[in-house]
Amino acid sequence: MSSDSDNEPIETTSDVEPVSKTSPSLEKEIELPKFEKGLADKIVEKFGSRTKVAFVKPDRVRINVGRDDVKEVAKFLRDVLSFDHAESVSGVDYPQDKEIEVVYHLGSYTDSSLSRQILVLATRAQREENPIPGNDATKLPSLREIFYSVEFHEREIFEMFGVYFQGHPDNRRLLLPEDWADLPPLRKDFAIKGR
Amino acid sequence: MNKELPPGLALQKVDERIMTLNVGPQHPGSGHMRIIVQIDGDFIVACDPDPGYVHRGEEKMAEYRNYITNIPHLERPVIHDSCNILYPYVLGVEELLGIEVPERAKYIRVIASELNRCVYTMYWLAIYGIFLGHSTMFMWPAGDRELLIDLLEKMTGARVTHAHFVPGGVRNDLPPNFEDVCLRQVNYFEKRIKEYAAIFYDNPILISRTANTGVLSREDAIRLGTTGSVLRASGVDYDLRKKEPYDVYDELDFQTNVLKEGDSYARSKIPWLDMMESCRIIRHALQKMPKSGSVRVKLKPNPKGGDASVYKRVESGRGSLGCYIVSDKKPEPYRVKLSVGSFRNLIALPYLLKGEKLGNMPSVYWSLNYWPVEADR
Repeated sequence: MSSDSDNEPIETTSDVEPVSKTSPSLEKEIELPKFEKGLADKIVEKFGSRTKVAFVKPDRVRINVGRDDVKEVAKFLRDVLSFDHAESVSGVDYPQDKEIEVVYHLGSYTDSSLSRQILVLATRAQREENPIPGNDATKLPSLREIFYSVEFHEREIFEMFGVYFQGHPDNRRLLLPEDWADLPPLRKDFAIKGR
Repeated sequence: MNKELPPGLALQKVDERIMTLNVGPQHPGSGHMRIIVQIDGDFIVACDPDPGYVHRGEEKMAEYRNYITNIPHLERPVIHDSCNILYPYVLGVEELLGIEVPERAKYIRVIASELNRCVYTMYWLAIYGIFLGHSTMFMWPAGDRELLIDLLEKMTGARVTHAHFVPGGVRNDLPPNFEDVCLRQVNYFEKRIKEYAAIFYDNPILISRTANTGVLSREDAIRLGTTGSVLRASGVDYDLRKKEPYDVYDELDFQTNVLKEGDSYARSKIPWLDMMESCRIIRHALQKMPKSGSVRVKLKPNPKGGDASVYKRVESGRGSLGCYIVSDKKPEPYRVKLSVGSFRNLIALPYLLKGEKLGNMPSVYWSLNYWPVEADR
């Protein structure tokens, strides 16, 4: 669509060196948004080196945590910082790291100062080369008892990535057919025919 | 309402007097999804929604196409609201590529998005009407939405699948004389939908069937993470057009509609009230829009994002619609996740149906503003 341009194409920033999303330290030279920085500081103050602030952008703060700490951090986010629901839970497959990332996007309806904010809580599960969903090491603690709203999202991730959520009361399939016997389809090694 | 629900209804052994009933997935009353209900006489004791009948793997497909060729297929989950479902994706790609959109394009997007919201809501309202046995309410919205479909056809060239929003603006500028036609049709449309009050929303039969059925309390609406009309019908004032204004919504004059009752009636009334606000937004946007100027920043072929991720959200006809894009310096996105309002609201269904009469199921189910194809993606 963009190639039908008769004008000279303009430069986009796609060639600019991107900001690394996993850089553990905050870049001091860029002025960070104050409110979001405050949120990130509160989390770092409480959990120290167990959490890594991946980025602080306007309205978005991303925290990376280990799988053992994710429940504790989520509880803190709900009880102290008053994030009360999960908007979205996504899985991202990283075969080269042998890990599957699960990303919770948390928001708040009750605290009006947080209504623009999305707190991104990311954790990673171990990835198996030949997955047996539910019966291999690809497991994470479920956040369902902390955020009720993740119930269907976590079921979706279980079937799409094979990440079993320990403590989830209902680990059945959601969107896929009951007799699905192939790889979890959103893994990178599940190839689409002809592509 | 704070009861725990038992998992795996379909698999559970139940009492002799309790009957398990499959509604759907090819039942017109459930719209391409299966709802497994257990009934004791006329009352629903438990309900287990089973979406996925129209799952098409949009997210997987998006990983194989570049940022631009993703546009026509990502709108497929809700073709009636195709501008709104593309909106967060396009905003996200713009942030990844660092594009600034021309002012006129922002206004055109807002107008298209509000027209689309009305088109979707009218379609939904027609279905809601027919499932309550009100066939006039099926005919009227189905006819009146043609007004706006005509406008969108003039604007984009297609009746429903517009693929109009592209990273960098919109695909085409408005046709000549569009503003006058749009104003006239929107004014007439607003006059028409106000007449729905007399036949539908003030109708005592409708009120007796929907008021006090499927009540969702404010606390539960928040706890279950519902969104859009379901949330606002339960007394939570949360509309992303106000709370996190994107494009030019912060410059436009409108208000959000909030009701406190939390029942099916309130949930079905909010989208109707929203349509009147949409008309206000469109009129105001037509007035404030720059009369000329560029509508699209041309991109290089196969644009690449950086090594970054972005989460953008907009208010669609069914509530907050988020798009999470992970980019890895390739022309194709590494991962695209659509967090859609229908999927988020579905979690409320078992809570709302528990203890209701089976005959109230259509009114409660459709009042959730649920679109099965969108939820399945």
